[in-house]
Amino acid sequence: MATFKDFRNKVKPNWCPGCGDFSVLAAMQRAFANLGLEPEDVAIVSGIGCSGRISGYVNAYGFHGVHGRALPIAQGLKLANRDLTVVAAGGDGDGFAIGMGHTVHAIRRNVDITYIVMDNQVYGLTKGQTSPRSAMGFKTKSTPAGSIEAAISPMEMALTVGAGFVAQSVSSDLKQLTQVIEEGIKHKGFSLINVFSPCVTYNKVNTYDWFKENLVSLSEIEGYDPSDRNMAMQTLMDHNGLVTGIIYQNKDRKPYEDLIKGFKEEPLAKQDIKISKDQFDKLAAEFM
Amino acid sequence: MKKQLSWKVGGQQGEGIDSAGEILSTALNRKGYYLYGYRHFSSRIKGGHSNTKIRISTKPVRSISDELDILVAFDQETIDLNAHELVKDGIILADAKFNPTIPEGISARLIAVPFTKIAEEVGMAQMKNMVAVGASIALLGIPVEAFKEVIEERFARKGQKVVDKNMDAIARGAAFVQTEMATLPDFKLEPSDGKQRLYMIGNDAIAFGALAAGARLMAAYPITPSSEIMEWLIKRLPEFGGTVVQTEDEIAAITMVIGANYGGVRALTASAGPGLSLMTEAIGLAGMTETPAVIVNTQRGGPSTGLPTKQEQSDVLAMLYSTHGEIPKIVIAPSTAEECFYDTIEAFNLAEEYQCPVIILSDLALSLGKQTVEPLDYDRIQIRRGKLVPLDEELPELANSELFPRYEFTEDGISRRVLPGTKYGLHHVTGVEHDQTGRPSESPINRKKMMDKRLSKLKNGINFPNPVHLDAKHEEADLLIIGFCSTRGTIAEAMERLEAEGLKVNHAHIRQILPFPTEIVAEQMKKAKKVLVVENNATGQLTSLIKMNVGMADKLVHFGKYDGNPFLPSEIYNQCKELLVHGHI
Repeated sequence: MATFKDFRNKVKPNWCPGCGDFSVLAAMQRAFANLGLEPEDVAIVSGIGCSGRISGYVNAYGFHGVHGRALPIAQGLKLANRDLTVVAAGGDGDGFAIGMGHTVHAIRRNVDITYIVMDNQVYGLTKGQTSPRSAMGFKTKSTPAGSIEAAISPMEMALTVGAGFVAQSVSSDLKQLTQVIEEGIKHKGFSLINVFSPCVTYNKVNTYDWFKENLVSLSEIEGYDPSDRNMAMQTLMDHNGLVTGIIYQNKDRKPYEDLIKGFKEEPLAKQDIKISKDQFDKLAAEFM
Repeated sequence: MKKQLSWKVGGQQGEGIDSAGEILSTALNRKGYYLYGYRHFSSRIKGGHSNTKIRISTKPVRSISDELDILVAFDQETIDLNAHELVKDGIILADAKFNPTIPEGISARLIAVPFTKIAEEVGMAQMKNMVAVGASIALLGIPVEAFKEVIEERFARKGQKVVDKNMDAIARGAAFVQTEMATLPDFKLEPSDGKQRLYMIGNDAIAFGALAAGARLMAAYPITPSSEIMEWLIKRLPEFGGTVVQTEDEIAAITMVIGANYGGVRALTASAGPGLSLMTEAIGLAGMTETPAVIVNTQRGGPSTGLPTKQEQSDVLAMLYSTHGEIPKIVIAPSTAEECFYDTIEAFNLAEEYQCPVIILSDLALSLGKQTVEPLDYDRIQIRRGKLVPLDEELPELANSELFPRYEFTEDGISRRVLPGTKYGLHHVTGVEHDQTGRPSESPINRKKMMDKRLSKLKNGINFPNPVHLDAKHEEADLLIIGFCSTRGTIAEAMERLEAEGLKVNHAHIRQILPFPTEIVAEQMKKAKKVLVVENNATGQLTSLIKMNVGMADKLVHFGKYDGNPFLPSEIYNQCKELLVHGHI
């Protein structure tokens, strides 16, 4: 059986020392091993940005696509081969700016994949511009006078569009992070995991210390019930979205694959693609 | 008796014009007539003038005709807009309800048939289109019984009563015209050969071809004139375990297709100009990652939203050059519905053999024009998957936990394609320049080798049958006509008239746009004194492409049409005459 070390490869990440993404990488590798997966069972599809490089750092199948489009690539892959564990990953710019349309529709569609957003509230790879997750007033190279646009609240957004699994964690809590990734992968249907993954170079506000002071773990809230959507929404609003753990899970919602008429358990990629003479004749007859 | 004639039905969109044309043509197809149908419609659901013109013949026809013999009108606007097409002794069958009149200078005969009144007597006013069908077939000499089967199939689920009423409407329409027959010119059709053929739009053939090729996933966003492809496939794919995903936009559509092909499933998307514009970045990703992808572009009037429901061929250069950077890409352009079927199958083979995006370039007239197709041949369906390593193939263990060389340098530039899920096949895929295992690399030496590898895949031509359709019997021709996509039949018809006058005319219809079949085109151009490039665009895109690849610019004359309508045979004929007589147009 594979251990988390089997999911490591020889490539040295080009992230800055102290980058939150290192923990996300480690948590992913642990989660895969804990779930008993083998490297060839896993495919990571990532976007563009510092965090988008993550698909190249896991010893598994990896597809590093174009900016903002990890989700449709991942959904296409999962529909092609439902035996694979497909994880999409990228930054907050990738998922909530250029790719926001896909995020909303991937949630609606509910294909059984897991989406991990490494949320550092800034654009890192392009060297420090504002992101849709930057707070009002946040100063960057593109907002020298401070951002004048409201930040997106991804967890509330996900609940609103009908997500079946919504979780949040932080790079400094490897244990919880590993656990929510495991739960996200186990969840049948689309799972969204937002990870506060500090950028030590371009975000001097939302630092490890800042998160330590401001984040509340849902496990500390007495009576918190992740199956209660109202409670989830209320709690997020009460804490300005700064909570960690599984925020909401609907175990009853069927994944997309289960709702496709005629869709088989056997992956499409393994099925015979030839049509028979009888089938051909029947199809041709409808044009007569 | 007539060997061929043209019939047109027109009215406000939503008045049953389409189904009148549909029912008439289905019955005639089953009787063994050759047909070509073209719909003129607007970008709205209801209202606005709409018409369907159907050419009926005992011989193959692949073009709309200049003339019109019978016009069926549900409103005066239809007469005013279309009567000028009628032949001298043509007939207008118009609903008596609106007191139809003939515009000045039109010599056709008007017969006011109480379409609506008869339909109301039968029991349903909307059956006026069936009354019109009945009136028409009386002229054509087709018996009412020929419609029994079609009407039953179409209305069976609504009950026998509805079937009977529709048949009654047809019979009464026919009976009404029958009483006038003695005074009318003869529009009876000569008997057909009675053979069974298919009658389909290009989009049907593309969709059927994709299914036959083994495509099991389509991701697409609705757009005119390509939506029929997804609509047909969503009905048929479930039986084959596949599906159609209607995505949030065309970017999602193409990237989902890339993901599915990466996963080992033959997948396609289809769109028109605006969608293709959105897809360009991802098409580059497919090229860079050497992922197969089949993309259908049913060209329509551009730019921007342009003329969404009208014919144009103005995406040629965009299909060649719209992606940034340089990738291997194949662009093929079927010219008949039959070719749409076989070429779509080939597109999937080429995409996997050369591991690159393949664009099937169609146009509105081909995608939506309905034409007779000789029975399709099951034995011609060939599936070739190139250097794909099947999921059940066992690979040897990799030394030193190295990655699989997915992008290995090979003689033909094509590497073995291993699918996710394969043991000992791990590799990386990225749109970033990469080494042989797919890991990012900025090394100048590797960069050049990788670029050369990818581009070399298509360097020695591709395995696409009949890249140029030739009808070129003259060693020394007065004229060579070049076209692509839907203009094939129209050019052929113009050419027939020119040949009948003793002119020596050759025709080359380009089916493979990229890589460009330079040698074949050059050889034909050398044989001709003049070359007329017929294309539905303003700037002469195919003409430029020929200039660039072949040269001989002094011989080339561009003939463009970009008013939204397909060429008529007479327009091409006239231009050719002009060119041959005056040396220029």
